[in-house]
Amino acid sequence: MNLPIRTAIAIAAVVAIVAGCATSPSSQDLDREAQAAMKASFRDQGIAKVDRLNQDLGQAACSSDKPPSDAVAERIMAEARASVEWPAGGQYFGDWREGEKLAQSGRGMTWTDPSAATSANGGNCYNCHQISKAEISYGTIGPSLYNYGKLRGVSDLAAPSSQAVVEYTWMKIYNGKTVNACSNMPRFGHVGLLDPQQMSHLMSLLLDPKSPVNSQ
Amino acid sequence: MKTFVVGMAAVLGATGLAQAQGKSAAEGIAEYRKMLEDGNPADLFEAKGEALWKTRRGPKNATLEQCDLGKGPGVVKGAFVELPRYFADTKKVQDLETRLVTCMEALQGFDGAEIAKTPFGRGEQVALTALATWIAAESRGLRFNLPQGHAAEKKSYEIGKRVFFYRGGPYDFSCASCHGEEGKRIRLQDLPMLTKNPGDGVGFAAWPAYRVSNGEMWSMQLRLNDCFRQQRMPYPIFGSEATIALGSFMGVNAKGAESIAPAIKR
Amino acid sequence: MADPMRIRAQMAGDKATVRVLMSHEMETGQRKDAAGKTIPAWFIQEVSAALNGKTVMTAQWGPSVAKNPFLQFNVKGAKAGDKIAISWLDNKGDKRTDEAVVA
Repeated sequence: MNLPIRTAIAIAAVVAIVAGCATSPSSQDLDREAQAAMKASFRDQGIAKVDRLNQDLGQAACSSDKPPSDAVAERIMAEARASVEWPAGGQYFGDWREGEKLAQSGRGMTWTDPSAATSANGGNCYNCHQISKAEISYGTIGPSLYNYGKLRGVSDLAAPSSQAVVEYTWMKIYNGKTVNACSNMPRFGHVGLLDPQQMSHLMSLLLDPKSPVNSQ
Repeated sequence: MKTFVVGMAAVLGATGLAQAQGKSAAEGIAEYRKMLEDGNPADLFEAKGEALWKTRRGPKNATLEQCDLGKGPGVVKGAFVELPRYFADTKKVQDLETRLVTCMEALQGFDGAEIAKTPFGRGEQVALTALATWIAAESRGLRFNLPQGHAAEKKSYEIGKRVFFYRGGPYDFSCASCHGEEGKRIRLQDLPMLTKNPGDGVGFAAWPAYRVSNGEMWSMQLRLNDCFRQQRMPYPIFGSEATIALGSFMGVNAKGAESIAPAIKR
Repeated sequence: MADPMRIRAQMAGDKATVRVLMSHEMETGQRKDAAGKTIPAWFIQEVSAALNGKTVMTAQWGPSVAKNPFLQFNVKGAKAGDKIAISWLDNKGDKRTDEAVVA
């Protein structure tokens, strides 16, 4: 049949639009398919089980090239703050020498690691951070921690003036998402990667005026 | 050669005495990496791969010379820089390694599922890595140009993007944790930013690669496997949708970048 | 029989630059496997190079040489069309000789 040109174009346009809608998936469809793809693409190996793919609020909300909304970010940080367990008897500090060893160790939690116990784990700190002056093999994913305590005016660990910094630092090591909802930093205390004693060694590494981080 | 070995040791020693000798650690390491560039043992795997392509093997006693890597049966040159891509016969987007397994099954009669289950570095995975190395070498110098015309190819890119940003595991890491920002490094290893075009021979454009530190030839599937291990994720199944989608994402992002594969890495 | 070497020989002025890639595990004998057993030493001990059948270089290697070793050396007085032959012998008695033509 002979249609006027305008009608033919209009029909073609409608067909094209309908066809376009039918074949290209929405962003939510793709999100769902990606979740399904992740679940189907992995298996257990050693201590690394597929339940590691289950995402909590923060992980899910931060799984994008765009940050979460302010409201969601606030919720993530509030939950993180509520998760922080303070050291028994206020024992924030340990031995910076042990802290340096932990900072150097990249061990733990992979499927080639034999155990998930905290004693098998390192802090992985130098992977992302500069810490002491002597160690030149440091990463730049996180900010430099060289002179950490010194730069924050910590000269006496027991002084009341140091308390705020001490608590902030513990909070950051325990759960980095307390301060930055999508922080790249693992939640060492909250997930049980390191125990309070190990974290106290890291606290000394960073804050003790005698630690090479501050004294060299 | 003794002279070469002594020279190497001297360079490595220099990095430790960086400050004393006035050469920075970065300079020492750059020198070491320059010395590695000549004589890439990947050559040995290329030679093996080329031989395997042309040798009759498997229950069907056939060569792989009729394998279609996306540019027609037997066309190897240029195939590497267009993978992953959609294949009509399998109705899937496939990367180089899964496509090779398809050919090894269809043409030579190998059991594809068995090969997929075989650990890297054993059995037919050795042949697979050598083949991938040679096929990559046949596209050396060419620029990445993955097709995105088919709906499945576009979807693979989108899925790959979401996989790339997927945070999980006890460390909350995603690929983006290391590869989502410009100019970062882990310890002393520079990290290419993979969310956009990282440039010639960087990131996606360098694998398969020979790793000097463990003397092993690593294909892209193995590179991704070890990434997920370091991310503290569970084990990525060989040739799984997530791994292929990541290849699509990185490969499309690398459009126009010159392929230097097979490269040499620390 | 071990995998073949890759040999490239190129004239540069009055010298030929020879580059050789050898396929060899070069196991030091110091490593232990997952069960704790020492992995036996297995490495190239002798290397020699001949130009048109005449020996121009010999080397004694040990466990400190890397896996899949790369060797580079210059030969004075070579010319395009000459034959370069590289031979190696390892501690298990395995050996390999490969040839290339100087370009």
